[in-house]
Amino acid sequence: MENWYWMTLVVLIGLTVRWTVSLNPYSGAGKPPMFGDYEAQRHWQEITFNLPVKDWYFNSSDNNLQYWGLDYPPLTAYHSLLCAYVAEFINPDWVALHTSRGYESQAHKLFMRTTVLVADLFIYIPAVLLYCYSLKEISPKRKMAVALCILLYPGLILIDYGHFQYNSVSLGFALWGVLGVSYDWDLLGSLAFCLALNYKQMELYHSLPFFCFLLGKCFKKGLKGKGFVLLMKIACTVLASFLLCWLPFFTEREHALQVLRRLFPVDRGLFEDKVANIWCSVNVFLKIKEILPRHIQLAISFCLTFLSLLPACIKLTLQPSSKGFRFTLVSCALSFFLFSFQVHEKSILLVSLPVCLVLNEIPFMSTWFLLVSTFSMLPLLLKDELLMPSVVTVMAFLVVCVTSFPLCESTSEEQLQLTPFAVSVRRRLPGFTFLPRIIQYLFLSSVITMVLLTILSVTLNPPQKLPDLFSVLVCSVSCINFIFFLVYFNIVIVWDSKNGRNRKKIK
Amino acid sequence: MAAFTLAASGDHWFSALALGVTLLKCLLIPTYHSTDFEVHRNWLAITHSLPISQWYYEATSEWTLDYPPFFAWFEYALSHIAKYFDQEMLNIHNLNYFSSRTLLFQRFSVILTDALFFYAVHECCKCIDGKKTSKELTEKPKFILSVLLLWNFGLLIVDHIHFQYNGFLSGLMLLSIARLFQKRHMEGAFLFAVLLHFKHIYLYVAPAYGIYLLRSYCFTASKPDGTVRWDSFSFVRVISLGLIVFLVSALSLGPFIALNQMPQVFSRLFPFKRGLCHAYWAPNFWALYNALDKALSVIGLELKFLDPNQIPRASMTSGLVQQFQHTVLPSVSPLATLICTLIAILHFVCGKSRRCNNFSDSDHDRTLLPLPSALHCPSISSLKTLFRKEKPLFNWMETVYLLGLGPLEVCCEFIFPLTSWKLKYPFIPLLLTSVYCAVGITYAWARLYVSVLTGCFVSKTKKQ
Repeated sequence: MENWYWMTLVVLIGLTVRWTVSLNPYSGAGKPPMFGDYEAQRHWQEITFNLPVKDWYFNSSDNNLQYWGLDYPPLTAYHSLLCAYVAEFINPDWVALHTSRGYESQAHKLFMRTTVLVADLFIYIPAVLLYCYSLKEISPKRKMAVALCILLYPGLILIDYGHFQYNSVSLGFALWGVLGVSYDWDLLGSLAFCLALNYKQMELYHSLPFFCFLLGKCFKKGLKGKGFVLLMKIACTVLASFLLCWLPFFTEREHALQVLRRLFPVDRGLFEDKVANIWCSVNVFLKIKEILPRHIQLAISFCLTFLSLLPACIKLTLQPSSKGFRFTLVSCALSFFLFSFQVHEKSILLVSLPVCLVLNEIPFMSTWFLLVSTFSMLPLLLKDELLMPSVVTVMAFLVVCVTSFPLCESTSEEQLQLTPFAVSVRRRLPGFTFLPRIIQYLFLSSVITMVLLTILSVTLNPPQKLPDLFSVLVCSVSCINFIFFLVYFNIVIVWDSKNGRNRKKIK
Repeated sequence: MAAFTLAASGDHWFSALALGVTLLKCLLIPTYHSTDFEVHRNWLAITHSLPISQWYYEATSEWTLDYPPFFAWFEYALSHIAKYFDQEMLNIHNLNYFSSRTLLFQRFSVILTDALFFYAVHECCKCIDGKKTSKELTEKPKFILSVLLLWNFGLLIVDHIHFQYNGFLSGLMLLSIARLFQKRHMEGAFLFAVLLHFKHIYLYVAPAYGIYLLRSYCFTASKPDGTVRWDSFSFVRVISLGLIVFLVSALSLGPFIALNQMPQVFSRLFPFKRGLCHAYWAPNFWALYNALDKALSVIGLELKFLDPNQIPRASMTSGLVQQFQHTVLPSVSPLATLICTLIAILHFVCGKSRRCNNFSDSDHDRTLLPLPSALHCPSISSLKTLFRKEKPLFNWMETVYLLGLGPLEVCCEFIFPLTSWKLKYPFIPLLLTSVYCAVGITYAWARLYVSVLTGCFVSKTKKQ
């Protein structure tokens, strides 16, 4: 069959799964007074449509910031404005100031779900297809298989089309950025990434690898000649794109500061709710949130985050390569997720996207990670009554991955990219040949634990004294898995230099 | 994990297809469901709460039991599982009862009974000889047939959204066909008899079955040129087939004959009071007939040939289920439809009895398929045309027709509701869709007709 038949089929399957998941309830459905993320997005359409730009981020009688105040950068606000124009054309009641609070109807749900689908179709899906199409040294069938696996990743589908968010926009822009920068279209790539950053500030998790990779490229070209020119061009592109997005907010200094205050709420503490990172897990035994003062928490989190991502970033700056770039994206985002401030469980998607990009190189570990990342959001998915679509999409994803890649045979040292590391260890411990066996056992125990915890969470009620027992267990188990992955990805990155296989000569 | 890897290897693509479509069906659980959902809930309640003597008399709900007894027993068996999901759905007075557990049970009952359909498709695939084709999986006839049947979107929409049990019933039919192909005629006949007592609509294909069994099973030998040897008629075989049908019918209708309820059962099964076309027109010949009648009456009124006072308004297009009279063309009685149907299938059965003996020959496979419903088309031999690389599948006229479905739906779903005609003529989108599809189905049927007849002539001349 022709390539474009396969591609159409892959896209149609992806769209079908997305649309059927969107039939399920959204976050906060039928739960006044606050509802959920769905109501937040609707409210932002109301605010941006009815109020002038200067009032969007400020507290006023028309804009109560306590009720879902805008806390994403301006591009989200512009997108909401665009959707609001369409909403007003169809039914003005959906965005009427004040009176549309808590508006819920089938038609409105259809409209909102359609906005997500349209954004996905125009930004994220083309990026995925282009990425798979441009993979080198693999057959067209395998390219389509990779595309299908990425498009069927359950986490993104469940959050965007179930819970209700627009992650596909920011992740899509970030992916365009990765594409541009990997194929030497540095300016376009930088522009795309700036758009991603101006859509959701969480994309800062990806910013360091972009910075290091581009800086490394400039160094390679020589800082006295072409490299310097490139650096200047990139800097100008970045500045220009930020200026363009923030233009309405630069009229007054207080404006810009207020927006920044909304984007980075340092007053809110180390973490909120249950999330699968270090601080929440440690908090179970040692109540650091109460023991340490706020500025110490900030400092510790800052230090640990940067310490954990430093090796990979330095390596990337010194030896920029497309493969190193993608692996560093994973490791940086994971470091931020595990150690940073005010992390939400949905931020794991920022790690999942780069992992999808290395699916072709390490299918076994990537599939494993993507399963854990979906599992880590289980408490949120159960709260939104998305159990059935979660189970079905996870099974579909697993089936597609297993049929596309020979996963059972992909656990050798070579295929896990651990050969350089294993060789180094064998210099000191000659008997170190059991690495694949360890990894297989770890995988089995991880999967069994996840399945058991899912069954327990669904069937049993937690004991009276520990009402959050299952959520905390899910977060802790996921955290342990993520720490393992952090170590694994860092090993792969750091030991890769000794091999020298992946040095891409930059002209 | 090992099982999954096994599924990935070459021979287990069938399991992957089956698993994939099952997962899709699970995703369709929260979709819209029609009144048929309430129909089946009501039947669960009737069979669970009432004794057999009341099953065909019960009329608390408007959705009375109008399928043969085997289906009632099927619902009875399901009701014993239903009570663990939600006891309330089994109360006959809970009209239009709905709960998430009821939905889950009903949807899962359709999904799980589709297992019979999967098995039947698997058996059909075994009957296909695919040795002459390429090694590429997507070009193998078995793969194509499996995809066309397992992932049939019409079936998915009707069964898993609208809500019906056609997958299970089609599975029975396909299995009986497969058994006939495998020369296990008694089993095929048995399965078809059972199917008739599940859903009597399959009487449509009973003549085809009858003639085929008569020709290929009851006549035990044929002449060298393929035509029938009249002296090889076997009475034993005819009687054994008759016995099978009789026993199955006895099992099904026996209790009701003993209770003297046969007239009541018949009136429930064959409700001629419902009229020629249902509230929504099926895209068959009568849709075209009605449309022509409607068009002629409108023209007649405009040109003042007809008296407006004598014509009932919105007789067929009001969306109600009732009997009516046609305005311009002669009205059609149930007897007339039966005669028309018999004449239409006459050539098929005659063509078959003359020379069709060996059904593994590709041309003859198509003769088993003069079915009115487009859903039931295991187009085994049309597979041959699918990978006929010299010529495309559809000619330009057919392609234009198929592409026209897109704009038609866009007009009906999006543009029409925004026009002023929505209130005055609400039936127009349905009418247009029915008539457009009726044209297509009638055309396909006519082409099938022609190809069977010319196929007969070709094989006759070849053998001479």
